[in-house]
Amino acid sequence: MSNDFRTCPDTGFKIHLPADKLIKWNAVTAIVFLLIGGIFGLLVALTRWPAVHILPPDLFYLALTAHGLDVLLVWVIFFEIALLYFTSAVLLNARLVGPKLGWLAYVLMLGGALMTNVAVLRGDSSVMFTSYVPMQAAPDFYLGIILFAVGALIGCGLFFATIIVAKKERTYEGSIPLVTFGALTAAIIAVFTILAGAAILVPTLFWSMGLIAHIDTLMYKVVWWAMGHSSQQINVAAHIAVWYAIAAILFGAKPLSEKVSRFAFLLYILFLQLASAHHLLVEPGLSSEYKIFNTSYALYLAVLASMIHGLTVPGAVEAAQRKKGFNKGLFEWLRKAPWGNPVFSGFAMSVVFFGFLGGISGVMMGTEQLNIIIHNTIYVPGHFHATVVTGTTLAFMALSYWLVPTLWQKELFLPGIAKWQPYLFGIGMALVSTFMMGAGTLGVPRRHWDISFADAAMGFDFPAAAYLMMGLNGISAIVAALGAMIFIINMVGTLLLGKDKVPAAAAPEEPVAPAAPPASAATSYGSAGTMEVPGTFVLALIFLVSFILYYFVNWKYLASVWGLS
Amino acid sequence: MADPGTGAPPPETGGDTGEPIPFMQQLLDNPLLLLFIGVVSPTVLYILWGLMEIVAIPMAQ
Repeated sequence: MSNDFRTCPDTGFKIHLPADKLIKWNAVTAIVFLLIGGIFGLLVALTRWPAVHILPPDLFYLALTAHGLDVLLVWVIFFEIALLYFTSAVLLNARLVGPKLGWLAYVLMLGGALMTNVAVLRGDSSVMFTSYVPMQAAPDFYLGIILFAVGALIGCGLFFATIIVAKKERTYEGSIPLVTFGALTAAIIAVFTILAGAAILVPTLFWSMGLIAHIDTLMYKVVWWAMGHSSQQINVAAHIAVWYAIAAILFGAKPLSEKVSRFAFLLYILFLQLASAHHLLVEPGLSSEYKIFNTSYALYLAVLASMIHGLTVPGAVEAAQRKKGFNKGLFEWLRKAPWGNPVFSGFAMSVVFFGFLGGISGVMMGTEQLNIIIHNTIYVPGHFHATVVTGTTLAFMALSYWLVPTLWQKELFLPGIAKWQPYLFGIGMALVSTFMMGAGTLGVPRRHWDISFADAAMGFDFPAAAYLMMGLNGISAIVAALGAMIFIINMVGTLLLGKDKVPAAAAPEEPVAPAAPPASAATSYGSAGTMEVPGTFVLALIFLVSFILYYFVNWKYLASVWGLS
Repeated sequence: MADPGTGAPPPETGGDTGEPIPFMQQLLDNPLLLLFIGVVSPTVLYILWGLMEIVAIPMAQ
């Protein structure tokens, strides 16, 4: 048995070799699909830039479909499967149960992703990520997603089996670490997501094959969004687990209160998936009671959970920094943080942008009355680019700067430029989100090839500011794409051309890549033992004031566009 | 009971001391029970409730 393990020289982790290999393959495949999906995304942004308008309509909808699938499903879920194996087998010092099934899962996911991509690229399945009926794609489009989902379900099953077997084999004491608990939350949401996906995509596959005559459009929307939106809630739980992991790895930080953080994850398990009803707010067949209960994540209980994580993650970092002596004033702990380390800068921007841009806009647009201001406008992709890209993708990039050099024992390929990459990508994408939301507030529709309506029988003139915002969105997308390319080159370069790591004792000077971490904080139970984090409380108050102002400004805006007199 | 604030072993290991394990701790340490409630809760509150409302829409005459 011991021959199946190696000890990581940086972290002291006992790593199960079959798990090691699966983590690497899933992570690398994720990054390849980030590249593919990112290229399609850039083409979409350049087409929506009215002055550039690079793609004709048929290719625009093809690119939009491929972009949605490759980044919203394939990139994040491949990375999350790697994360599930890491947080179970590695953090629990355990063996991964059923590695052969892990390879079956990988093959199914890869085969499914390729099958769906081929169907889209063929040009007969440009139905976009949502594939709303009665729009019909080719059968292999649906089959590919189903195979991908079955593979992901097997991966989740291995995660559950591994933490149960690890407990039986006593590879850890007490409760599972908080990072693993966050991953468990993601895995639970993933199981619900995949079962809901099967419930709707299997009949839709039969419908596309002519075996079923009709699928009700509203029924499709309700069940499909249980998959479509919940798949993004997997990301939320996963990237918050990554935040706790990075805080532990970089600073040795423990949560302010394990109990409270775990309770917040429990609220996610119970209520986070309910937000799927955001997409049904203008459907006349559903009651306001149903819409309000679900879009408020069960009367804002899951929002409360997000605010708990938003407080306790930076609070944990502040507590750890203050223990090291960074005690001057409110923010010395933050000023002296390693802003040149891409692991930290990516993590910090992920926390800020996810909360301020994604979180606040999500609650606003989940309010039934306010939603009507921006429903089906480009505000909606603006919101989810803030959550999925500046939140999840940036957090996963930040972790990769630690995970890839650590697992492969390679020096980072381009450490100098890596310092700038999170800023390019993070700020670029934050601007993309902001300009999309701005244009959406002016009424610019989402998924629209030409907002000038050049050859339409009945035209419509958007204000000049809308055109300006769409142009700035295009420029910001180029900046973010540059940041994404640098990340991908750095990761692939590290794998293929990176120098082998020098043992710590022989290292000439402090490396630019992440320093050897005190990883034990990520693998053990326990709290920081203090609540004295005044800087974090000030930041939280700034967040709350912004939240309240933005929320009520939108009520005022609603009153101005929808007069009741 | 051990204080998690100190980083000491968590309460569910308190079998040695004979103290009862708190309900919340039992819940949070049971991944399969969490999986069950995590699937049932949104299935009932979001999917089934939504489908029941759709089924209740009167047919057009």
